[in-house]
Amino acid sequence: MTTITSDIPRHGAPENANEVETEQLATGCEAIAEAIRLADVDVMAAYPIRPYDGVMQAAAKLIANGKMDVEYIVADGEHSQFEIVKHACAVGSRVFVGSSGVGWFYAFEAIAVTAGLRLPVVAICGNRALDDPGAFGCEHNDALAVRDLGWLLCWAETAQESLDFALTAWKVGEDKRVSLPVAIGLDGAFLTHSQQIVMIPTQAAVNSFLPKFDLGDRLLHPDNPITIAPQVDQDWLMEIRMQNDQAMRNALGVITEAHTEFKRLFGRGGDNPFLDEFMTDDAEIVFLGQGTLSLPMKVAIRRLRKQGHKVGLVRLKWFRPFPTADIVRSLSRFKAVGVIDRDYSFGSPYYGGVLYNEIRSALYSAPKRPVVVGFIAALGGREIEQPMAMEMFEKTMAAASGELTSGDVCHWIGVRK
Amino acid sequence: MKDLVEKKAANEVETEEGSITIEIVYRGIFQKTLAQRIARSIVLAARKRGHTGTAFGRYGDSPERNGVPAKYFAVVAINELELESSMAKYEPAVVDVSIVVDDTLVKGVESWAWYGRQPIWKPVRSDGFVVVTSEKTPDEVLAQTDAAERPYTLAVVPGLASFAGLWVFKDDHTDYRVLGALARLVPDWVRLEDVQALIREQTKEGSAADSAQHGFDATVVRAVAPGEGTSGHEVLQFDKPGWTTMRPGIIVDARKPGERNPYYKKYGARTLRPVVNFDTCIKCTMCWLDCPDECFEVTAEGHYEVVYEACIGCGICAAVCPVKDCIVMVDEMKFTDNKDTWALWKSDHDAYNRWFEEMAGVPADPKGVAARAADAPVGTPTVSHDAASGGDD
Repeated sequence: MTTITSDIPRHGAPENANEVETEQLATGCEAIAEAIRLADVDVMAAYPIRPYDGVMQAAAKLIANGKMDVEYIVADGEHSQFEIVKHACAVGSRVFVGSSGVGWFYAFEAIAVTAGLRLPVVAICGNRALDDPGAFGCEHNDALAVRDLGWLLCWAETAQESLDFALTAWKVGEDKRVSLPVAIGLDGAFLTHSQQIVMIPTQAAVNSFLPKFDLGDRLLHPDNPITIAPQVDQDWLMEIRMQNDQAMRNALGVITEAHTEFKRLFGRGGDNPFLDEFMTDDAEIVFLGQGTLSLPMKVAIRRLRKQGHKVGLVRLKWFRPFPTADIVRSLSRFKAVGVIDRDYSFGSPYYGGVLYNEIRSALYSAPKRPVVVGFIAALGGREIEQPMAMEMFEKTMAAASGELTSGDVCHWIGVRK
Repeated sequence: MKDLVEKKAANEVETEEGSITIEIVYRGIFQKTLAQRIARSIVLAARKRGHTGTAFGRYGDSPERNGVPAKYFAVVAINELELESSMAKYEPAVVDVSIVVDDTLVKGVESWAWYGRQPIWKPVRSDGFVVVTSEKTPDEVLAQTDAAERPYTLAVVPGLASFAGLWVFKDDHTDYRVLGALARLVPDWVRLEDVQALIREQTKEGSAADSAQHGFDATVVRAVAPGEGTSGHEVLQFDKPGWTTMRPGIIVDARKPGERNPYYKKYGARTLRPVVNFDTCIKCTMCWLDCPDECFEVTAEGHYEVVYEACIGCGICAAVCPVKDCIVMVDEMKFTDNKDTWALWKSDHDAYNRWFEEMAGVPADPKGVAARAADAPVGTPTVSHDAASGGDD
């Protein structure tokens, strides 16, 4: 049981003094639906695409069962879906939206302007390979496409973390120092459609964590006449971009604050808001990745430890803002880092994945740099099997001992010849 | 501001050495083709002597709006190297010559976005040229031009403003006359023989080359000293905010319904303005209803007075007014300010009517209506101010 110590005035959905934290067997999508209920979201817009549509179904069920009161709008497509919540947010609604794969891309005009407008829309991206070819499995390229736009972007590992990140997303995104949209990556199938044990917090606890959404003098309302987003062109735009840059810088501190408060109220969240480290204390080499691929990698690491290898895992939780200082501090301790990308970036430096090149870039000015090896793995939702993990381990070990030249820094793993 | 001055000074040196920058200020859409033709012809004529050049419209003016001031530019240089300093620009900060193809533009223009009304000579370098197409004398044009801050030469090319639509061009030889005038003013850069050779290539009309000669001969030139001109125009400036002072979320202040935005000035688009005969007005509301810019305010008596700062001079009010000569469109060059005129009518009918007749050129009291109106009880408004300004109920 969590003790509520916040002195924030009560708001949000009605509380019940007898309510206690409960346990549910829920998918990542169902956990997100619970977060929508607990956050007292005003407007959510939906359009079906797998695997995101698990949230659609779970939310609709909560509404049908009288457990949730939210304006649930089914749009004619993803573009309208994201536009609806953008406008609802501008008039002061707490909002939720989400999509997957090419559906996420169909919404992209709305996705871009939402960040420009500094509207704290919270979205999940149920990660799915981009068509063509048609495929339902998980790749991170859909969510990663927002990385340059001013969206905060994080990846959940478990159904519990999906719920926790969603509550944190509204708190951080709606904070006036940030005021940016937040996307939460949920690995398709492994997280969106797999049921796990999830602790559902009480409404009272959530109400004390999440303040009422207040746009202040940015609220679009007849009593507050404002013009939003007039044409500006070259003589204003750079200042506007600079504001977004500053907001993203602010987000690092606001996420840290939210993480601290979340841990105090709910007792979860790990030691570091941005990174989750596993068996790294004496590690010489580590793997680094995002989302659910940490789970098979942890299995591999335990096996390797039994064989006496000093190996660990660093899971990146927030991709935007990129926790450069934390990454440098953490990775400087190791001889070599194997970055596992569940994405591709064709023609990129060293033909590496997106995460690989971000990590390498972050380490460039570090006084002590580990060797960085890149792995493109588990695309299209392919599982990470133990032989693949061993192959990655061997290649990272080789790099640590200086056996690999710079031409060998990126490898595709588990591909049939 | 200091930066701008320094930037200008630096540019002046460049322009005097190896290139000349000429702008054409024109009325959006109506004169676009004209401005484009002048700019292109300047460059193409310069090619005949081996010079090079560039011509471009101000990117931010597009999409152009009817009558809203816009700019086109031509830069001629002795070689590619000299031209480079004028390339990759939206709008040159300093020009050697400003060509104004509608004389009402000398009352000041806006940039593409609203950064205040700017004097027509603002980008013209010291001892540069302002070339105006007009039927008026240089002194009459100067009387409507902001007082000069630095010396320049005013040149008036005889002719009315040439107006046509976006997809048509009014071939009244305005471009040829302007090119002829340029040959007279900046012969080092635009030579009459090059201009006429170009025109002969482009048109089979012998009279076109004659028009260039006419522009060369008939242009009237007047030196303007600092301080000459009018100080009567409204001074409007706007400071661009920085990233720390801007409201986040791309938000600018708006106004509640019924309030007028003090930044929303549209009169720079006007070539004609409506003048109202309040005595013959039948208070039918047509002008108030049909005005696309909501320019009309309802007076206590139920008349409709024009807020001239908001009026673009489109003429719809005059077109829909059912009373002959009640709303008359008058040449903008006849006016020196944007003050409301109803207050004068209210305080002195006779003085107002004399003024109306002088401006509009029609009788103020064609049927003795004013005499009857004067007998009517005063102070019984037929339309309440609140209701009328409140909306469309």
